[in-house]
Amino acid sequence: MKPKVAFYWCASCGGCEEAVVDLDEKILDVVNAVDIVFWPVALDFKEHDVEAMPDGSILASFINGAIRNSDQVKMAKLLRAKSQVVVAFGVCAQLGGIPGLANLSDKKGIFQQVYGDGVTPQMLHQENGYSLSLPEFYDTVLALDRVIDVDYYVPGCPPTPNIIGAAVGALLGSDLPPKGTVLAPDHALCDECPRRDTRPEKLLVKEFKRVHQVVPDQKTCLLAQGLACLGPATRAGCEAKCVCGNMPCTGCFGPTSRVRDFGAKALSAIASVVDSQDEAEIARILEALPDPVGTLYRYSLPSSLLGRRRME
Amino acid sequence: MSRNGHGFEPRIVGFLCNWCSYSGADLAGVSRMKSAPNLRIIRVMCSGRVDPSFILRAFQLGADGVLVAGCHLGDCHYQEGNAKALRRVVLLKRMLRDFGIDERRLRLEWISAAEGERFAAVSLEFTEQVRALGPLALARQEVVA
Repeated sequence: MKPKVAFYWCASCGGCEEAVVDLDEKILDVVNAVDIVFWPVALDFKEHDVEAMPDGSILASFINGAIRNSDQVKMAKLLRAKSQVVVAFGVCAQLGGIPGLANLSDKKGIFQQVYGDGVTPQMLHQENGYSLSLPEFYDTVLALDRVIDVDYYVPGCPPTPNIIGAAVGALLGSDLPPKGTVLAPDHALCDECPRRDTRPEKLLVKEFKRVHQVVPDQKTCLLAQGLACLGPATRAGCEAKCVCGNMPCTGCFGPTSRVRDFGAKALSAIASVVDSQDEAEIARILEALPDPVGTLYRYSLPSSLLGRRRME
Repeated sequence: MSRNGHGFEPRIVGFLCNWCSYSGADLAGVSRMKSAPNLRIIRVMCSGRVDPSFILRAFQLGADGVLVAGCHLGDCHYQEGNAKALRRVVLLKRMLRDFGIDERRLRLEWISAAEGERFAAVSLEFTEQVRALGPLALARQEVVA
Protein backbone atom coordinates (compact mmCIF):
# COMPACT_ATOMS: atom_id res chain seq x y z
CA MET A 1 0.00 0.00 0.00
CA LYS A 2 1.24 3.46 -0.86
CA PRO A 3 1.91 5.83 2.05
CA LYS A 4 -0.85 8.35 2.64
CA VAL A 5 -0.28 12.08 2.68
CA ALA A 6 -2.55 15.04 3.38
CA PHE A 7 -2.36 18.72 2.51
CA TYR A 8 -4.13 21.45 4.43
CA TRP A 9 -4.17 25.22 4.39
CA CYS A 10 -4.71 27.54 7.31
CA ALA A 11 -4.25 31.33 7.06
CA SER A 12 -2.57 31.35 3.68
CA CYS A 13 -2.87 32.87 0.23
CA GLY A 14 -2.91 29.62 -1.75
CA GLY A 15 0.61 30.17 -3.04
CA CYS A 16 1.86 27.07 -1.25
CA GLU A 17 -0.81 25.02 -3.02
CA GLU A 18 0.36 26.54 -6.29
CA ALA A 19 3.87 25.55 -5.39
CA VAL A 20 2.82 21.90 -5.18
CA VAL A 21 1.14 22.12 -8.56
CA ASP A 22 4.24 23.90 -9.89
CA LEU A 23 6.15 20.67 -9.51
CA ASP A 24 4.80 20.13 -13.06
CA GLU A 25 5.28 16.56 -14.24
CA LYS A 26 7.17 15.76 -11.06
CA ILE A 27 3.79 15.80 -9.32
CA LEU A 28 3.03 12.58 -11.21
CA ASP A 29 6.00 10.96 -9.47
CA VAL A 30 4.58 12.16 -6.18
CA VAL A 31 1.15 10.76 -7.01
CA ASN A 32 2.77 7.47 -8.05
CA ALA A 33 4.61 7.26 -4.76
CA VAL A 34 1.84 8.32 -2.36
CA ASP A 35 -1.92 8.39 -1.92
CA ILE A 36 -3.29 11.87 -1.31
CA VAL A 37 -6.11 11.33 1.17
CA PHE A 38 -7.01 14.93 1.98
CA TRP A 39 -6.43 18.15 0.04
CA PRO A 40 -9.32 20.61 0.33
CA VAL A 41 -8.04 22.93 -2.37
CA ALA A 42 -7.87 20.19 -5.01
CA LEU A 43 -9.73 17.04 -3.96
CA ASP A 44 -13.19 16.40 -2.58
CA PHE A 45 -12.45 14.82 0.76
CA LYS A 46 -14.20 16.19 3.83
CA GLU A 47 -13.30 16.74 7.42
CA HIS A 48 -15.34 13.67 8.49
CA ASP A 49 -13.28 11.52 6.11
CA VAL A 50 -10.19 12.49 8.08
CA GLU A 51 -11.98 11.96 11.39
CA ALA A 52 -12.83 8.42 10.29
CA MET A 53 -9.17 7.49 9.71
CA PRO A 54 -7.28 5.62 12.41
CA ASP A 55 -4.78 7.68 14.41
CA GLY A 56 -1.35 7.72 12.80
CA SER A 57 -2.61 6.30 9.52
CA ILE A 58 -1.39 9.23 7.42
CA LEU A 59 2.36 9.16 6.81
CA ALA A 60 2.73 12.92 6.50
CA SER A 61 0.51 15.98 6.62
CA PHE A 62 1.78 19.10 4.88
CA ILE A 63 0.13 22.07 6.54
CA ASN A 64 0.61 25.54 5.12
CA GLY A 65 -0.59 28.89 6.41
CA ALA A 66 -0.50 30.54 9.80
CA ILE A 67 -2.93 29.97 12.67
CA ARG A 68 -5.37 32.83 13.03
CA ASN A 69 -8.68 31.23 14.10
CA SER A 70 -10.11 28.37 16.13
CA ASP A 71 -11.09 26.28 13.11
CA GLN A 72 -7.47 26.14 11.99
CA VAL A 73 -6.42 24.97 15.44
CA LYS A 74 -9.06 22.24 15.31
CA MET A 75 -7.93 21.01 11.88
CA ALA A 76 -4.25 21.17 12.84
CA LYS A 77 -4.93 19.06 15.93
CA LEU A 78 -7.01 16.58 13.94
CA LEU A 79 -4.29 16.14 11.32
CA ARG A 80 -1.66 15.88 14.04
CA ALA A 81 -3.52 12.96 15.61
CA LYS A 82 -3.94 11.18 12.28
CA SER A 83 -0.37 11.69 11.05
CA GLN A 84 2.98 10.17 11.84
CA VAL A 85 4.75 13.27 10.60
CA VAL A 86 3.55 16.87 10.36
CA VAL A 87 5.41 19.23 8.07
CA ALA A 88 4.98 22.98 8.41
CA PHE A 89 4.94 23.83 4.72
CA GLY A 90 5.93 27.34 3.74
CA VAL A 91 6.98 30.26 5.85
CA CYS A 92 3.48 31.09 7.18
CA ALA A 93 3.23 27.71 8.91
CA GLN A 94 6.88 27.84 9.84
CA LEU A 95 7.17 31.39 11.24
CA GLY A 96 3.78 33.07 10.84
CA GLY A 97 4.41 34.66 7.46
CA ILE A 98 2.70 37.66 5.91
CA PRO A 99 -0.61 37.07 7.78
CA GLY A 100 1.46 37.37 10.94
CA LEU A 101 1.94 41.09 10.31
CA ALA A 102 -1.62 41.35 11.66
CA ASN A 103 0.06 41.03 15.05
CA LEU A 104 0.79 44.73 14.76
CA SER A 105 -2.93 45.11 15.41
CA ASP A 106 -5.55 42.98 17.17
CA LYS A 107 -9.01 41.62 16.50
CA LYS A 108 -10.71 44.87 17.39
CA GLY A 109 -8.40 46.95 15.23
CA ILE A 110 -8.64 44.58 12.27
CA PHE A 111 -12.45 44.37 12.42
CA GLN A 112 -12.64 48.14 12.65
CA GLN A 113 -10.39 48.47 9.60
CA VAL A 114 -12.24 45.87 7.53
CA TYR A 115 -15.86 46.37 8.55
CA GLY A 116 -15.78 49.88 9.99
CA ASP A 117 -19.05 50.67 11.65
CA GLY A 118 -20.95 48.63 9.09
CA VAL A 119 -22.04 45.01 9.28
CA THR A 120 -19.80 42.93 11.53
CA PRO A 121 -19.78 39.13 11.54
CA GLN A 122 -21.90 37.49 14.20
CA MET A 123 -20.14 34.53 15.78
CA LEU A 124 -23.38 32.60 16.26
CA HIS A 125 -26.68 32.66 14.38
CA GLN A 126 -29.69 30.64 15.51
CA GLU A 127 -32.91 30.12 13.62
CA ASN A 128 -35.69 27.49 13.84
CA GLY A 129 -33.65 25.33 16.12
CA TYR A 130 -30.62 25.38 13.81
CA SER A 131 -27.44 27.22 14.57
CA LEU A 132 -24.54 28.44 12.47
CA SER A 133 -21.28 29.50 14.03
CA LEU A 134 -18.11 31.14 12.80
CA PRO A 135 -14.67 30.18 14.08
CA GLU A 136 -13.20 32.43 16.74
CA PHE A 137 -10.89 35.06 15.26
CA TYR A 138 -7.79 35.49 17.43
CA ASP A 139 -6.06 38.69 18.44
CA THR A 140 -2.75 37.05 17.67
CA VAL A 141 -1.58 35.06 14.64
CA LEU A 142 0.59 32.07 15.53
CA ALA A 143 3.03 29.80 13.76
CA LEU A 144 1.88 26.18 13.46
CA ASP A 145 4.24 24.84 16.13
CA ARG A 146 2.60 27.04 18.73
CA VAL A 147 -0.55 24.90 18.57
CA ILE A 148 0.70 21.43 17.58
CA ASP A 149 3.92 19.46 17.57
CA VAL A 150 5.68 19.95 14.22
CA ASP A 151 8.25 17.47 12.92
CA TYR A 152 9.75 19.29 9.96
CA TYR A 153 9.71 22.68 8.32
CA VAL A 154 9.83 23.53 4.63
CA PRO A 155 10.64 27.25 4.30
CA GLY A 156 9.77 29.71 1.59
CA CYS A 157 7.05 31.96 0.29
CA PRO A 158 6.30 29.69 -1.36
CA PRO A 159 8.73 26.77 -1.11
CA THR A 160 10.55 26.37 -4.40
CA PRO A 161 10.16 23.18 -6.49
CA ASN A 162 13.72 22.07 -5.71
CA ILE A 163 13.17 22.52 -1.98
CA ILE A 164 9.88 20.61 -2.12
CA GLY A 165 11.46 17.81 -4.13
CA ALA A 166 14.35 17.53 -1.70
CA ALA A 167 11.96 17.59 1.28
CA VAL A 168 9.74 14.85 -0.13
CA GLY A 169 12.85 12.84 -0.95
CA ALA A 170 14.13 13.24 2.59
CA LEU A 171 10.79 12.06 4.03
CA LEU A 172 10.50 9.06 1.73
CA GLY A 173 14.14 8.06 2.25
CA SER A 174 15.25 5.57 4.86
CA ASP A 175 17.21 8.04 6.96
CA LEU A 176 14.82 10.60 8.44
CA PRO A 177 16.44 13.89 9.43
CA PRO A 178 16.31 14.80 13.15
CA LYS A 179 12.97 16.12 14.34
CA GLY A 180 12.65 19.89 14.09
CA THR A 181 14.88 20.14 11.03
CA VAL A 182 14.24 22.89 8.51
CA LEU A 183 14.52 21.00 5.24
CA ALA A 184 16.81 23.47 3.45
CA PRO A 185 20.51 24.33 3.50
CA ASP A 186 21.72 25.85 6.77
CA HIS A 187 23.76 28.81 5.60
CA ALA A 188 23.02 32.37 4.53
CA LEU A 189 21.68 33.20 1.09
CA CYS A 190 24.76 35.34 0.30
CA ASP A 191 26.73 32.07 0.16
CA GLU A 192 24.85 30.92 -2.93
CA CYS A 193 24.14 34.33 -4.41
CA PRO A 194 25.41 34.73 -7.99
CA ARG A 195 26.51 38.27 -7.09
CA ARG A 196 28.54 37.12 -4.11
CA ASP A 197 31.89 38.08 -5.61
CA THR A 198 30.80 41.68 -6.15
CA ARG A 199 30.10 42.16 -2.45
CA PRO A 200 32.80 44.53 -1.20
CA GLU A 201 35.06 43.45 1.68
CA LYS A 202 33.87 46.42 3.72
CA LEU A 203 30.26 47.02 2.79
CA LEU A 204 29.08 50.53 3.65
CA VAL A 205 26.02 52.41 2.43
CA LYS A 206 25.41 56.16 2.50
CA GLU A 207 21.91 56.00 1.11
CA PHE A 208 19.23 53.30 1.03
CA LYS A 209 16.96 53.12 -1.97
CA ARG A 210 13.67 51.34 -2.45
CA VAL A 211 12.94 49.09 -5.39
CA HIS A 212 10.62 51.52 -7.13
CA GLN A 213 13.16 54.33 -7.01
CA VAL A 214 16.00 52.75 -8.91
CA VAL A 215 16.83 50.21 -11.59
CA PRO A 216 19.67 48.31 -9.96
CA ASP A 217 22.71 47.13 -11.84
CA GLN A 218 22.16 43.47 -12.69
CA LYS A 219 25.56 42.18 -11.66
CA THR A 220 26.49 43.99 -8.46
CA CYS A 221 25.57 43.04 -4.89
CA LEU A 222 22.19 44.66 -4.20
CA LEU A 223 23.05 45.61 -0.64
CA ALA A 224 26.14 47.39 -1.91
CA GLN A 225 23.81 49.31 -4.26
CA GLY A 226 21.82 50.52 -1.27
CA LEU A 227 18.88 48.13 -1.54
CA ALA A 228 17.91 46.53 1.76
CA CYS A 229 18.63 42.96 0.65
CA LEU A 230 18.14 40.55 3.55
CA GLY A 231 20.37 37.86 2.05
CA PRO A 232 22.95 38.10 4.86
CA ALA A 233 20.31 37.09 7.44
CA THR A 234 18.27 34.66 5.35
CA ARG A 235 18.60 30.91 4.92
CA ALA A 236 19.75 29.72 1.53
CA GLY A 237 17.97 27.20 -0.66
CA CYS A 238 15.92 29.34 -3.03
CA GLU A 239 18.81 29.66 -5.51
CA ALA A 240 18.54 33.44 -5.04
CA LYS A 241 15.51 33.64 -7.31
CA CYS A 242 14.61 37.20 -6.32
CA VAL A 243 18.16 38.43 -6.74
CA CYS A 244 18.28 36.76 -10.14
CA GLY A 245 15.15 38.79 -10.95
CA ASN A 246 17.04 41.91 -9.85
CA MET A 247 14.98 42.22 -6.67
CA PRO A 248 16.44 42.23 -3.15
CA CYS A 249 15.84 39.27 -0.83
CA THR A 250 12.94 39.86 1.55
CA GLY A 251 13.77 36.97 3.84
CA CYS A 252 11.07 34.40 3.07
CA PHE A 253 13.31 31.42 3.88
CA GLY A 254 13.62 32.64 7.46
CA PRO A 255 16.73 32.43 9.60
CA THR A 256 19.42 29.77 9.82
CA SER A 257 19.36 27.37 12.75
CA ARG A 258 21.67 29.53 14.87
CA VAL A 259 19.33 32.52 14.88
CA ARG A 260 16.42 32.84 17.30
CA ASP A 261 14.88 36.06 15.98
CA PHE A 262 15.02 36.74 12.26
CA GLY A 263 14.12 40.43 12.42
CA ALA A 264 16.76 41.19 15.01
CA LYS A 265 19.40 39.52 12.86
CA ALA A 266 18.17 41.29 9.74
CA LEU A 267 18.25 44.57 11.65
CA SER A 268 21.87 43.91 12.60
CA ALA A 269 22.79 43.14 9.02
CA ILE A 270 21.12 46.24 7.58
CA ALA A 271 22.00 48.75 10.29
CA SER A 272 25.65 47.68 10.40
CA VAL A 273 26.29 48.79 6.83
CA VAL A 274 25.17 52.37 7.44
CA ASP A 275 28.18 54.52 6.63
CA SER A 276 28.13 57.03 9.47
CA GLN A 277 29.03 57.46 13.12
CA ASP A 278 26.75 60.41 13.66
CA GLU A 279 23.43 59.61 15.30
CA ALA A 280 21.40 62.18 13.36
CA GLU A 281 22.92 61.15 10.05
CA ILE A 282 22.38 57.45 10.81
CA ALA A 283 18.73 58.16 11.58
CA ARG A 284 18.40 60.11 8.34
CA ILE A 285 19.96 57.31 6.27
CA LEU A 286 17.71 54.72 7.90
CA GLU A 287 14.61 56.82 7.26
CA ALA A 288 14.73 55.36 3.76
CA LEU A 289 13.36 52.20 5.38
CA PRO A 290 9.87 53.48 6.16
CA ASP A 291 8.55 50.35 7.87
CA PRO A 292 11.20 48.52 9.93
CA VAL A 293 8.90 45.79 11.30
CA GLY A 294 7.20 45.20 7.96
CA THR A 295 10.57 45.02 6.22
CA LEU A 296 12.62 43.02 8.71
CA TYR A 297 9.87 40.80 10.14
CA ARG A 298 7.90 40.49 6.91
CA TYR A 299 7.55 36.71 7.28
CA SER A 300 8.38 36.06 10.91
CA LEU A 301 6.61 38.42 13.31
CA PRO A 302 4.59 35.72 15.18
CA SER A 303 7.71 33.67 15.84
CA SER A 304 9.82 36.64 16.88
CA LEU A 305 10.86 37.15 20.49
CA LEU A 306 8.19 39.78 21.08
CA GLY A 307 5.64 38.02 18.86
CA ARG A 308 3.28 40.92 18.49
CA ARG A 309 2.65 44.56 19.25
CA ARG A 310 2.17 45.10 22.94
CA MET A 311 -1.50 44.78 23.88
CA GLU A 312 -2.78 47.64 26.03
CA MET B 1 9.13 44.39 45.25
CA SER B 2 5.64 45.26 44.25
CA ARG B 3 5.01 45.48 40.50
CA ASN B 4 1.49 46.77 40.58
CA GLY B 5 2.39 50.43 40.18
CA HIS B 6 2.62 51.25 43.85
CA GLY B 7 6.21 51.15 44.94
CA PHE B 8 7.13 49.95 41.45
CA GLU B 9 10.82 49.12 41.21
CA PRO B 10 11.92 48.93 37.57
CA ARG B 11 13.97 45.98 36.44
CA ILE B 12 16.70 47.19 34.14
CA VAL B 13 19.21 45.06 32.25
CA GLY B 14 22.50 46.74 31.48
CA PHE B 15 24.86 45.42 28.80
CA LEU B 16 28.22 46.99 29.65
CA CYS B 17 31.32 46.64 27.55
CA ASN B 18 34.31 45.05 29.17
CA TRP B 19 36.84 47.73 28.26
CA CYS B 20 35.12 50.98 29.23
CA SER B 21 31.66 50.93 30.74
CA TYR B 22 32.05 47.90 32.97
CA SER B 23 35.24 49.41 34.34
CA GLY B 24 33.36 52.67 34.78
CA ALA B 25 30.70 50.86 36.79
CA ASP B 26 33.43 49.17 38.79
CA LEU B 27 35.01 52.53 39.51
CA ALA B 28 31.65 53.87 40.70
CA GLY B 29 31.40 50.96 43.11
CA VAL B 30 34.96 51.11 44.37
CA SER B 31 34.56 54.86 44.89
CA ARG B 32 31.41 54.26 46.95
CA MET B 33 29.26 56.33 44.63
CA LYS B 34 25.53 55.92 44.86
CA SER B 35 24.11 54.09 41.86
CA ALA B 36 20.79 52.40 41.22
CA PRO B 37 20.37 48.79 42.40
CA ASN B 38 17.73 48.32 39.69
CA LEU B 39 20.40 47.82 37.08
CA ARG B 40 21.32 44.17 36.50
CA ILE B 41 24.66 44.30 34.76
CA ILE B 42 25.77 41.85 32.09
CA ARG B 43 29.36 42.28 31.00
CA VAL B 44 29.98 41.85 27.29
CA MET B 45 33.24 42.22 25.41
CA CYS B 46 31.95 45.10 23.29
CA SER B 47 28.73 47.06 22.85
CA GLY B 48 28.96 45.83 19.26
CA ARG B 49 28.48 42.31 20.61
CA VAL B 50 25.01 43.22 21.85
CA ASP B 51 22.82 41.59 19.25
CA PRO B 52 19.42 43.30 19.00
CA SER B 53 17.92 39.95 19.97
CA PHE B 54 19.59 40.24 23.40
CA ILE B 55 17.70 43.47 23.97
CA LEU B 56 14.41 42.05 22.75
CA ARG B 57 14.97 38.96 24.88
CA ALA B 58 15.46 41.14 27.96
CA PHE B 59 12.18 42.95 27.31
CA GLN B 60 10.42 39.66 26.59
CA LEU B 61 11.60 38.16 29.88
CA GLY B 62 10.38 41.08 31.96
CA ALA B 63 12.88 43.93 31.79
CA ASP B 64 11.28 47.37 32.04
CA GLY B 65 14.32 49.04 30.55
CA VAL B 66 17.57 48.11 28.81
CA LEU B 67 20.83 50.04 28.96
CA VAL B 68 23.60 49.44 26.45
CA ALA B 69 26.86 51.15 27.38
CA GLY B 70 30.16 51.20 25.52
CA CYS B 71 33.32 53.16 24.92
CA HIS B 72 33.05 56.65 23.49
CA LEU B 73 33.01 56.78 19.70
CA GLY B 74 36.58 56.54 18.49
CA ASP B 75 37.71 54.71 21.65
CA CYS B 76 36.34 51.25 20.84
CA HIS B 77 38.77 48.47 21.72
CA TYR B 78 37.71 46.80 18.48
CA GLN B 79 37.82 50.05 16.48
CA GLU B 80 34.16 50.43 15.59
CA GLY B 81 32.03 47.97 17.52
CA ASN B 82 30.38 50.84 19.34
CA ALA B 83 29.53 52.56 16.04
CA LYS B 84 27.72 49.40 14.99
CA ALA B 85 25.89 49.37 18.30
CA LEU B 86 24.82 52.96 17.66
CA ARG B 87 23.47 52.16 14.18
CA ARG B 88 21.53 49.18 15.47
CA VAL B 89 20.07 51.00 18.44
CA VAL B 90 18.87 53.86 16.23
CA LEU B 91 16.91 51.41 14.06
CA LEU B 92 15.84 49.22 16.98
CA LYS B 93 14.30 52.22 18.76
CA ARG B 94 12.11 52.88 15.76
CA MET B 95 11.13 49.23 15.69
CA LEU B 96 10.27 49.25 19.39
CA ARG B 97 7.78 52.03 18.69
CA ASP B 98 6.00 49.73 16.21
CA PHE B 99 5.92 47.06 18.89
CA GLY B 100 4.16 49.49 21.24
CA ILE B 101 7.21 49.86 23.48
CA ASP B 102 8.29 53.38 24.42
CA GLU B 103 11.72 53.91 22.88
CA ARG B 104 12.89 55.64 26.07
CA ARG B 105 13.02 52.20 27.65
CA LEU B 106 16.14 51.54 25.59
CA ARG B 107 19.15 53.71 26.17
CA LEU B 108 22.62 53.77 24.65
CA GLU B 109 25.36 55.58 26.58
CA TRP B 110 29.08 56.03 26.17
CA ILE B 111 30.81 55.62 29.53
CA SER B 112 34.59 55.42 29.74
CA ALA B 113 36.56 53.51 32.37
CA ALA B 114 37.31 56.83 34.10
CA GLU B 115 33.68 57.96 34.24
CA GLY B 116 32.48 56.27 37.40
CA GLU B 117 30.49 59.34 38.26
CA ARG B 118 28.84 59.33 34.90
CA PHE B 119 27.90 55.67 35.26
CA ALA B 120 26.33 56.36 38.66
CA ALA B 121 24.40 59.32 37.32
CA VAL B 122 23.17 57.42 34.25
CA SER B 123 22.01 54.46 36.34
CA LEU B 124 20.06 56.72 38.70
CA GLU B 125 18.60 58.95 36.02
CA PHE B 126 17.63 56.06 33.70
CA THR B 127 16.01 54.20 36.59
CA GLU B 128 13.88 57.25 37.38
CA GLN B 129 12.93 57.61 33.73
CA VAL B 130 11.83 53.96 33.50
CA ARG B 131 10.03 54.29 36.82
CA ALA B 132 8.06 57.17 35.38
CA LEU B 133 7.18 55.08 32.31
CA GLY B 134 5.82 52.34 34.58
CA PRO B 135 5.98 48.55 34.24
CA LEU B 136 6.30 47.16 30.72
CA ALA B 137 4.76 43.84 31.78
CA LEU B 138 5.48 42.05 28.51
CA ALA B 139 6.27 38.79 30.30
CA ARG B 140 2.76 38.62 31.67
CA GLN B 141 1.17 39.15 28.30
CA GLU B 142 -0.87 36.16 27.23
CA VAL B 143 -0.18 35.38 23.59
CA VAL B 144 -1.37 31.79 23.33
CA ALA B 145 -4.65 31.24 21.54
